[in-house]
Amino acid sequence: MNKKIKIKIDGKECLAYSGQTILEIARENKIFIPSLCYHPDLEIKANCRVCVVEVKGCNKLMTSCSVIAENGIEVFTNSEKVQKARNTNLKLIFSEHLEKCDGCTLKFDCTLLNLAKRYNLKINHFKDRKVDRKIYKFANTVEVDGSQCIDCRNCVDVCSNVQKINYLEIRGKGVKQEIVPTKNKNIDCIYCGQCTLHCPVASAQEKYDWPELEKILAQKGKKTLIAIIAPSTRMAIGEEFGLPYGQNNSGKMVAALKKLGFDQVMDVVFGADVTTLVEAEELLERLGNKKAKLPLITSCCPAWVKYLEFYRPDLIPHLTSSRSPQIHLGGIIKTYWAQKKNIKPEDIIVVSIMPCTAKKFEISRPELKIGKLKPIDKVLTVRELAFMIKKNNIDFKKIKPEKSNDLINDGSGAGLIYGASGGVMESALRTAHHAICDSSKAKICNSRLEFKEVRGSKGVKEAKLNLSGNKLNVAVVNGIGNIKDVLDNLSRYDYIEVMACPGGCIGGGGQPIPSSVEIVAKRTAGLYQGDKKVKIRTAHDNKGAVEVVNWLKENKLGHKVLHTNYKKRLKDKIN
Amino acid sequence: MSIIKKIESACLIGRGGAGFPTHIKLQAVAKSKSKVRYLVINGAEGEPGIYKDGYIIKNHLKEFSQGVKIASDFIKAKKIYFYLNSKYYKLYNSAIIKEFNKAGLKGQFEIFKKPKEAGYIGGEESTILNIIEGQHLEPRLRPPFPTEKGLFGEPTLINNIETIYNIYLVSINKFSHQRFYSINLASKNIGVYSLPDDWSIAKVLRETGNYPDYKFFVQVGGDASGDVLNEKQLEQKVSGAGSITIYDLEKHQSLELIKYWLSFFVGHSCGQCAPCREGTYRLLELFEDISSSSKCQKDCLLKANKDFLDICENLSLSSFCALGVSAPIAVLSYFKNVFPLKVS
Repeated sequence: MNKKIKIKIDGKECLAYSGQTILEIARENKIFIPSLCYHPDLEIKANCRVCVVEVKGCNKLMTSCSVIAENGIEVFTNSEKVQKARNTNLKLIFSEHLEKCDGCTLKFDCTLLNLAKRYNLKINHFKDRKVDRKIYKFANTVEVDGSQCIDCRNCVDVCSNVQKINYLEIRGKGVKQEIVPTKNKNIDCIYCGQCTLHCPVASAQEKYDWPELEKILAQKGKKTLIAIIAPSTRMAIGEEFGLPYGQNNSGKMVAALKKLGFDQVMDVVFGADVTTLVEAEELLERLGNKKAKLPLITSCCPAWVKYLEFYRPDLIPHLTSSRSPQIHLGGIIKTYWAQKKNIKPEDIIVVSIMPCTAKKFEISRPELKIGKLKPIDKVLTVRELAFMIKKNNIDFKKIKPEKSNDLINDGSGAGLIYGASGGVMESALRTAHHAICDSSKAKICNSRLEFKEVRGSKGVKEAKLNLSGNKLNVAVVNGIGNIKDVLDNLSRYDYIEVMACPGGCIGGGGQPIPSSVEIVAKRTAGLYQGDKKVKIRTAHDNKGAVEVVNWLKENKLGHKVLHTNYKKRLKDKIN
Repeated sequence: MSIIKKIESACLIGRGGAGFPTHIKLQAVAKSKSKVRYLVINGAEGEPGIYKDGYIIKNHLKEFSQGVKIASDFIKAKKIYFYLNSKYYKLYNSAIIKEFNKAGLKGQFEIFKKPKEAGYIGGEESTILNIIEGQHLEPRLRPPFPTEKGLFGEPTLINNIETIYNIYLVSINKFSHQRFYSINLASKNIGVYSLPDDWSIAKVLRETGNYPDYKFFVQVGGDASGDVLNEKQLEQKVSGAGSITIYDLEKHQSLELIKYWLSFFVGHSCGQCAPCREGTYRLLELFEDISSSSKCQKDCLLKANKDFLDICENLSLSSFCALGVSAPIAVLSYFKNVFPLKVS
């Protein structure tokens, strides 16, 4: 399509497609217009009014986020009128946000502070209005702090319109308006953290565990401190430091974590390979057993598991009994690794770096304990880790990448793509396919590595697969908002992957801000490129993972470390 | 002549306050491709000082019902929602049902009671659509306009009671360019008068025998959002929804009046946009916080307060809907047109 219309912004001629908003055109042309409530993935709300511009011939200002440009218009983004309105709106909004900068993970790149600086405005021009507002805490994962909320409603929109959970609501009118968890007994938070990812001012934020990490790091020397990094984190953390989208920064993460004080850094990609081995085995078992429950449904997304336990406990038998990659790796560290290294498991602290807020909840599940030990001791989001790196003046951009060099290896390409929607399924299919081929059951064996049918950004991805004669109907649910159709037609499928966050973990609630469909696509490309680059691209080719699984089974730890169970869950009490 | 031609040549405009040409709205809905269309009659009448819609229901219900039938037939409405404030609902609900049935609308309409908490914003047309749909009590982003995408996403004609009544008058060739004026003293309603719509404020007051024999000023177009004018500014037409409220210049309490206006908008802002939610709140806060000095009263200090003026200007420049835009009108026009007279 050709750019058909021509408009002028601050004297600059801009070509644009018809249907584009003034804000979109300005951004394409590198003309800055501030915005707070605007998010490319959400419906336009135009409630913050800081993106106002003047259009020649119109008396009232227009919100550039909502107004579609007409051919020939002349727009001013910084006229006297615009300055007045924009600055007044900013000052008014600043006074809704109680400054809690000291401990805020956004403080090194705060939207509000940046705008105050840019326009030379005082952030406390008006008295803070919301000092007495409540903080709503959702398990140990997400908090919505009313004293910092600027009423942009992105959290409500993403919770209702994208995730379709409807947990957050707007209560009250005018200045009494407040974002609150619903009182509806049939609705509960699934901890996906998309509200935190879409909040421009960290009013909705993950429950901070970085202060705990500081305490843990202070035990250096007394305990063995191990950090583990999730597949998707390496493709996103660079954004926090101005590095390109989709760049694999696992080496820099290892180096930075060691600099922070960790004795060892390990890769959850290894854990993902273990998960694949366990899950593929279960898939084949269920496919071969006529009495087994089908479809088999993935369980490595803790927000999805919470969803199922609360909304559809009747489907619990469909979930794979396989634990998730971080829990697998944590358990392996505290059993296999501890024994090989001759370290008491009680003396090991494992901190997991995750793209996710729900993972904080997952590690608190008592059924995951191995004896008295929790496989993982703390979960930090990517944002929390980036904050810690900045806080400790570690120059991430310049830091020299390091390798983890441990007896636990860095995992396969299949484990890496766990970070993307469809990745878990593709990994399991790679391994299941190989297993069928390997066994005598297969008549013809066409070795197959890539399953592109289950990749991509569609809400539901369906495929009919032929695994060497075994016909398999699969579905991948990309974002919990798309779950309904699949659950309504469950019997159509043999195997289903569900990721609560759009894009999968790569678009997770704990990833860097901003995040959008476009950004998530760039991060995802990094994962698939990474998979192509490595030699070992399947879990079953990861000899280390196979060895560990065998070791666990031989030592009668298979059930304790590799499997779990689920239970019907009632609505959480809100603290 | 067709009804639409009649309406067009009579230059009928909406009587809800915005003054939009009626025939354009009607045609926009009638011409839409969608088969489902709705008619919503706005009987919210939430602005203090205006009560002419209630007067029409009380005195001209039959004619009004005929107007509903004409408008509904013209746009081929699937259903009519008569949105009515709770006071009128209580008074006239059964009479309206009877009269609508008689007009041939049986089974085609629903009288929808305006929720108590809806307040002033509950009379804004897109807010009404949200309320009927069970959505949040606040205006919608425009475009799309209700005529394209209104109630339940379908093309919707929303008109005020007086406008619908006028459609009836036009249809029987009896529309004589009159409008209903609600006239009030500071705290007392005087009554509703039907008079030519091009009369000046002064003429309306004189002809109805309400022109004061004392020094006074007026608020025109609603006691909350109307323009405040002094005695020398009365040669203009009556704006908005057609009300004139007379205040005694000597006796009126400046501070109380200002506080009334400011509080009204804090209480009635829906809270959706920053300029209105925060702005109206800060205006009242500034008013409360400014302490009078020996030289200058609160009001005269407020009049010169930069924040106060900035917020007022911002309300009119960048508010989401007309409520925010109208929030500073009374207080600013009072300062401009009346306040200097008072202090001198």
